[in-house]
Amino acid sequence: DPRPQAISDAIRVIPHFPKTGIMFQDITMLLLDPVAFKHVVDIFVDRYKHMNISLVAGVEARGFIFGSPIALAIGAKFIPIRKPGKLHGRVISEEYELEYGSDRLEMSMEAVKSYERALVIDDLVATGATLSASISLWVTRAGAEVVECACLVGLPRFKGQCRLKGKPLYVLVEPSHFDGLTI
Amino acid sequence: MQTIIALAPLVSHRLCLAPPPFPRHRLLCRRAPSIRLPSHRSSTTSFRLLSSFAASRDSEMATEDGQDPRIPKIASSIRVIPDFPKPGIMFHDITTLLLDTEAFKDTIDLFVERYKGKGISVVAGVEARGFIFGPPIALAIGAKFVPMRKPKKLPGKVISEEYSLEYGTDKIEMHVGAVEPGERAIIIDDLIATGGTLSAAVRLLERVGVKIVECACVIELPECKGREKLGETPLFILISSA
Repeated sequence: DPRPQAISDAIRVIPHFPKTGIMFQDITMLLLDPVAFKHVVDIFVDRYKHMNISLVAGVEARGFIFGSPIALAIGAKFIPIRKPGKLHGRVISEEYELEYGSDRLEMSMEAVKSYERALVIDDLVATGATLSASISLWVTRAGAEVVECACLVGLPRFKGQCRLKGKPLYVLVEPSHFDGLTI
Repeated sequence: MQTIIALAPLVSHRLCLAPPPFPRHRLLCRRAPSIRLPSHRSSTTSFRLLSSFAASRDSEMATEDGQDPRIPKIASSIRVIPDFPKPGIMFHDITTLLLDTEAFKDTIDLFVERYKGKGISVVAGVEARGFIFGPPIALAIGAKFVPMRKPKKLPGKVISEEYSLEYGTDKIEMHVGAVEPGERAIIIDDLIATGGTLSAAVRLLERVGVKIVECACVIELPECKGREKLGETPLFILISSA
């Protein structure tokens, strides 16, 4: 399948963002290539369309970009998992650790039933902290089943399929390498 | 060329309006009977019949005359939150629309039908809820998706545009090189209120030579007068309420 290589080639690496030592995987270049972007969505849709997924949760904000078209294509509801204070109505929240300090993710409780089968999407998994918090939101607090977590890019230890907090994790491509060109 | 979007209320009243010719930027508003949304907190919400004008040279971009039967279901799936962000404003929360798979699909279809085959190569989406509606539209019409973000989120070299808030200012940013001069773009957000963010997005894209064909939102809060802030740039919306 030539698509993963084409997808990998479309991801731009920005060195030392947001801080020194981090090789940031910039997916915005892929979004400028409608063919490559469509490949990403098609691969995820092919994987999930027969898994009876009733909910796709996208982690703010880049998870929205991939989660929304996947949800539409497989006929699932879309739920944004958001930074604190952005959602209205009844929300549940989960705290997670950062390198320094902590942050929180929130999800609306509206219309989430315990029999739902959820897919959680983000663009990238690095430490897994955000995805783990998202899993906790679903499983521990909402009582729904997380069928899988999926990311476009994942560190090599997450390549292919792995498990995160007991849930399957599917990663499409490994990080791209910095080609030395000036940004 | 004018466009009529007819909003059928949730009760049995049906509003039909033949499209008389109007000069650009005139709004035809007829107050619909007050109706009650089934799952909202305010007492009544009234829908307005709205006419919206496409760009002067893109006359083929008009929606069909009369009502689109998908609009009432989309409207009824949106939760209304009174007095947010401040007293007197009826905020519209699209997260409930996203839980209605048919309404969400219809929303995207309405935009795709409007913009497909019109030579639009850029769909710009405003962070963060514009990232929910913009990408499926971009994919369906074969355009690139350009995220327009809050400061310091984009990792590469950016250009910025400042805009005023009620107190202070904020900025919207885009990657350098994401768009080329002469490209035709639409800008997507879930809702237009004061129009501050959208008008900044327009200015940012125009600065680099992009032609803004239209701004498109699911919802307009007309009491916030965002449409005025967009000036000459056309605005297409599905739902307007006060």
